[in-house]
Amino acid sequence: MSRPEPRLLPSGRSAILVECDGLDDVLALHDALSADPPDGVVELVPAARTLLVAVDPDRFPLESAASWIRRAVRDALPAVAPATGETPSDDLVIEVDYRGEDLADLADHLGVSPGDLVARHVATRWRVAFIGFAPGFGYLVADDWPFDVPRLDVARTRVPPGAVGLAGAFSGAYPRESPGGWRLIGRTDAALWDPHADPPALLVPGRVVRFREARA
Amino acid sequence: MTSLRVEATGGLVLVQDLGRPGHAHLGVAPSGALDRGALALANRLVGNPDGVAGLEVVLGGLRFAPDRDLWFSVTGAWGSVRVAGREVGPYRAARVRAGESVEIGTAERGLRYLVAVRGGIDEPVVLGSRSRDTLAGIGPEPVGAGRVLAVGREPAASVPLLDDDAAYPPPVGSVTLGLLPGPRADWVTDAALAALHESRWRVSASADRVGARLEGPSLERRVPGELVSEPTVAGSIQVTGAGVPTVLLADRPVTGGYPVVAIVEPGSLDLLAQVRPGQEVRFRHA
Repeated sequence: MSRPEPRLLPSGRSAILVECDGLDDVLALHDALSADPPDGVVELVPAARTLLVAVDPDRFPLESAASWIRRAVRDALPAVAPATGETPSDDLVIEVDYRGEDLADLADHLGVSPGDLVARHVATRWRVAFIGFAPGFGYLVADDWPFDVPRLDVARTRVPPGAVGLAGAFSGAYPRESPGGWRLIGRTDAALWDPHADPPALLVPGRVVRFREARA
Repeated sequence: MTSLRVEATGGLVLVQDLGRPGHAHLGVAPSGALDRGALALANRLVGNPDGVAGLEVVLGGLRFAPDRDLWFSVTGAWGSVRVAGREVGPYRAARVRAGESVEIGTAERGLRYLVAVRGGIDEPVVLGSRSRDTLAGIGPEPVGAGRVLAVGREPAASVPLLDDDAAYPPPVGSVTLGLLPGPRADWVTDAALAALHESRWRVSASADRVGARLEGPSLERRVPGELVSEPTVAGSIQVTGAGVPTVLLADRPVTGGYPVVAIVEPGSLDLLAQVRPGQEVRFRHA
């Protein structure tokens, strides 16, 4: 089955925005481009349907970048299986205390027990798709996660750091205190954001993540 | 080690260098001086490398005193610069003696002064930069009265002598900025794109380091609603559902859900950094 070719959209003198058919294509293209980026590629910024390729045009002209992207598209996105996240990195395990404020209500809304929702969250192999909303706030996706979670009608003005939540098809964890509209199912002590670490974010795009229930 | 004590501030004072590009995939904007050329020039005037950290001062009102003799320069906005009450003027290297105060007056032209001191402001580096990101809260805290800032080691280069031709005060009146095509130009009508290029805009009073909203005609959207958030670059002009354009600047969110219909060319961003609220902006094809 054929699907739409990614589109290369203009994004200034030193970047190209690649619009994909969906997140799976973004992940596959991100994998392909980040495998062996030429000198002069400054950054690859994945998002839900797009990927920004930022370059230093003096070292890697935009025209060359466009050819490089098109080649990666041909190689990485034949109409076959979507990205599986099988990068060589080890799974990152994050311990969670699943006593989140919204767990019971959300489980009820989804028609499962709180225990089942936690078990499903723990059993799922997640992948960091992209960072959004705030520094180090990774949007985690998984092929076999069945739930679509509505955001809160009124966002909380303060979500504590380490809060683990769900929204839409995503899971995530708040790296720092901030406002937020995700449904909170638990909390982690993992160092999600440390500006003096390299990298400063624990959840970097492409990373495979598993959650484990912490015992109090 | 030399340090300087901030005795008074008026508008916002931030430590800024040329920022921390390359961290957007971790959710961190580049930040950095909004008028990058002015920071580079201020640094050159005192013999520093271009990207050394200085102070970005909105509109003026800063007074500081070093504990040792110190070369400094003030660029960007145009206004009075005094040392111990004597006018020394902007856009040139000047020397302040230990214990004397430097006082920067209210800008007559432009909006943001860039202050360089010989050796640079030596605040802690976060993610490769000393820039304060006002949205993410990363980097040195905003500078208030009473703050003592360390000054870095003297650079190898001496203070250059020929600085009289270095003055490029920001323009008054209408400022024209170059525009490049944006990724979502097709999300507004052709008439709206034409209006963007042909109208007289005013920079909103709410403009800051995150973005500058433009006041003028409403830009009619062809496609309603929001996008799934996508990465943005500096200068991106996003258009809200109500048709209001905003230019995204150095401390922007790294992704945004409003369509970006055009992009202010990099060379025009320094000019935009000096446009005051209410001042007129026009666009041309870059």
